[in-house]
Amino acid sequence: MLTLVFLLLIMVGFALWAIFTNLLLRAAIALALTSATLTIIMFRLDAPYAGAFELSVCAGLIPVIFISVISLLQRIPLPEQIERRQKRLKRFWYLPLVLLAIGWLFYAIKPVPGNFIRPEIINDVRVVLWDQRRLDLFGQILALLAGAYGVTILFKENKNNDH
Amino acid sequence: MITDHWLFLTFIVLLMVEGYYLIVITYNMIRVLIGLEILIKAVTLGIIVAGYLSGQMATAQAMVITIIVLEVVVMIVAAGVVVGFHNQFDSVNVKNARSLKG
Repeated sequence: MLTLVFLLLIMVGFALWAIFTNLLLRAAIALALTSATLTIIMFRLDAPYAGAFELSVCAGLIPVIFISVISLLQRIPLPEQIERRQKRLKRFWYLPLVLLAIGWLFYAIKPVPGNFIRPEIINDVRVVLWDQRRLDLFGQILALLAGAYGVTILFKENKNNDH
Repeated sequence: MITDHWLFLTFIVLLMVEGYYLIVITYNMIRVLIGLEILIKAVTLGIIVAGYLSGQMATAQAMVITIIVLEVVVMIVAAGVVVGFHNQFDSVNVKNARSLKG
């Protein structure tokens, strides 16, 4: 239990780092570390399949997408960077206080019931995914095709555009 | 074995607050996407913890796999939108979106 709490703290810490850091590249790396920590938590909570997906996709592919996008953008001049950093810190400085207040309130009030029923059910993710939730797979395939189509449309060159 | 699930739920809420906060406060489109990612992490953790507590890990894992696939699709399309926006305005500031048609 103590290890899990420690991992949760690290995860929230990495997410905070992603929020507070000035460089977008560091934010992308912090996000990858958040995903990696979530993967460890998933493995400790007996969710190895979801953990493997999380590690390969969320800690691997998505940061690569972010880094690719960042590399395509123009760099801001240094004086403007400093000015933006100061403005951003002004907007974000009270986030830790908000987090502490909400965390304490939620833990103290406990707004949802605490007893969980553990019914006898199929506990093989392959059976659930292939037999019970097959429609999810169709949905995933459709979403992937829609995504591919969306990216094709976004990067399609406009014939009427001269530049 | 989880003995105090409230602690987990508290951390899930904290992650959600961080994600919402980043989305609401920032003007940078990439940071908005990072906020969305943090929100999705909170939801993923919530589903896994709920599955663990109710003994339905298989269903929870199936749902998490679906979420991850959809997350990738959303991120790829959103990244394309950000690049297109930057090509149009030379900026990723969401304030510039006010001058768009529609």
